Amino acid sequence: MMSFVETSRISFRALKANKTRSALTMLGIVIGVMAVIIMFAVGTGANRQISQQFASLGTNILMVRPGADRGPGGGSRNTVNTLVVEDAYSITEHCGAVAYAAPVYGGNAQTVYGNANYPAKVTGTILDYFAIQDWELVSGRAFTDQDVRSATKVCVIGQTIVEELFGGEDPLGKIIRVKKIPMVVIGILEELGDSPRGNDQDNVVIVPISTAQRRMFSPSRPDTVSMISVKAIDETHLDIAQKQIEDLLALRHKIRPGQDNDFSVRNLTQFVESAKSATAVMTMLLTAVAGVSLLVGGIGIMNIMLVSVTERTREIGIRMAVGAKSSDIRLQFLVEALTLSLLGGMIGIVLGVGGAQFISTGFGWATEVSLMSVLLSFGFSGFVGIFFGYYPAYKASLLNPIEALRYE
Amino acid sequence: MALVLVNNIHKSYSLGDVEVHALQGVSFSIGEGEFVSIMGASGSGKSTLMNIIGCLDIPSKGKYILNGEDVSSLGSDQLANIRKDTIGFVFQGFNLLPKMSALENVELPMLYKGVGAKKRREGAMEALKKVDLEDRADHQPHQLSGGQQQRVAIARALANDAPLILADEPTGNLDSHTSEEVMKLFVRLNEETGKTIIQVTHEPDMAHFSRRILTFRDGRMLRDEKVRT
Ligand SMILES: Nc1ncnc2c1ncn2[C@@H]1O[C@H](COP(=O)(O)OP(=O)(O)OP(=O)(O)O)[C@@H](O)[C@H]1O
Ligand SMILES: [Mg+2]
Repeated sequence: MMSFVETSRISFRALKANKTRSALTMLGIVIGVMAVIIMFAVGTGANRQISQQFASLGTNILMVRPGADRGPGGGSRNTVNTLVVEDAYSITEHCGAVAYAAPVYGGNAQTVYGNANYPAKVTGTILDYFAIQDWELVSGRAFTDQDVRSATKVCVIGQTIVEELFGGEDPLGKIIRVKKIPMVVIGILEELGDSPRGNDQDNVVIVPISTAQRRMFSPSRPDTVSMISVKAIDETHLDIAQKQIEDLLALRHKIRPGQDNDFSVRNLTQFVESAKSATAVMTMLLTAVAGVSLLVGGIGIMNIMLVSVTERTREIGIRMAVGAKSSDIRLQFLVEALTLSLLGGMIGIVLGVGGAQFISTGFGWATEVSLMSVLLSFGFSGFVGIFFGYYPAYKASLLNPIEALRYE
Repeated sequence: MALVLVNNIHKSYSLGDVEVHALQGVSFSIGEGEFVSIMGASGSGKSTLMNIIGCLDIPSKGKYILNGEDVSSLGSDQLANIRKDTIGFVFQGFNLLPKMSALENVELPMLYKGVGAKKRREGAMEALKKVDLEDRADHQPHQLSGGQQQRVAIARALANDAPLILADEPTGNLDSHTSEEVMKLFVRLNEETGKTIIQVTHEPDMAHFSRRILTFRDGRMLRDEKVRT
């Protein structure tokens, strides 16, 4: 019996003798493994990014929206105006597990300063919203409860507005027109960056909710809000807070038992989960495609190994004549197939890791190569080598030495 | 004791409906240290007999005792083991592995015997020395002449120290001068190291280097004669 090391050496030499062919045969596996690694890296990176961005939004945040719940990710539509400002104040007052609750009402509006104008997202809210969002001001001040009570024409603007309207100028104390209404800039928000869904969070003009309702957007019912943002006292009180809010609002809205609520309370982690499961499905699909290319690579190996066995029939005969057993021959060809696939796998891993790096630096996507995906694709390419190498190796081992020696 | 003992051996092949009787009752024995030539017309069954003696095939009928062991009905793995230890082959077409050096070709039988790399190298070098080719150890077959290639093949047959060398038309592809060199090498190996050599040849000149000639016709042995030297 020949040692495994010797067998590997023989297989290696045979592959080296046919460099171009070996390289082309490996290509399928290389591409397959590379694709698997990159897909995994992109998927894992996206997941990580989603988690981080939501974590930065705060994990103890609840959102109350008008209309019945349509399930996670379904998004309740603002078809009915069932939530009012007073609901938010009531939540702050009566729900023990809630730290802050802030009503939000807004829309899109053109902002103008001098010759510059820019379409902005206007958010009408109260002071507590800054606490809920953990927003810091880089200069100026936020509006007060007094501003809210009297619907003062003041605003806090985000960095995008600062850039688009003011260029280098200091915006504090200046008057901008929002939906033609002159508003004094009293504060400037820190830079927030893009949201997990890719929205520019810096394109925002924050105004007292009363100003938004009465002066800008004038909804049919004057105290309507589009959402109430809630911060629980901490993460562990999230569920209790949700329950308290549901009970309170059901009471306030006179929902009878058995009747559906006319509002929904949603937890941000649900958004995280649905966003994650969406990327997970994508990752799965892409990885499956990559896996198929690995399989195709395996078929390529089988194909070439069959050709190789036929071509080397005489060599097999010679080896058998000098004492090689069928099992020696089988092992030799199996190791050859395995070497092809594992070598292809290793090259694929290197290219995959490099490719993931390239994608993250070149396209700015977050990628993360996981050890699991490396081991998995390496193992899978080994499996492919054995699976698709076995049949050609078996065929080689069945050759009759006399006929093999006579083969031209 | 006889090294090769065949007793009433038959070998037939069926090609569809037709039975081809390649060997029809062959008996003889060859002692250790003999140098025997097998002659006969084409199709007389010489190669068939050599394949059986070389344990590449088994007889359809009859007994074959090699080195005291009945090998007439062994399985392919057992036959491979016997080839490994007992038999060295020399072929008409040399049958060296291309893209491998002479040394590596000679190492081949030891590889399947599980001999370590260093010992293999030494053993192969020694075998090449016996055929006067130690200076060509690193050459690949295509860099060697036909006669040199055949000598490498003979070195390979010597490599595993097998007592029996089987050569089916070893000079069939060589000119008369190189053929004679190969024959002299056989004679030397036979006389100096006591190898038992059985060769098939069509040329009476080559047969006369051996000391005994078996002549075949139609699957039967016609004559068994001693050659005077
Ligand atoms: N595998 C086989 N299948 C069928 N018939 C075979 C097979 N091998 C040999 N034969 C037949 O057996 C007979 C003997 O063949 P063998 O090769 O032994 O002849 P030989 O004496 O070696 O001839 P040559 O001098 O031409 O080499 C021939 O008729 C041949 O056709
Ligand atoms: Mg023949």
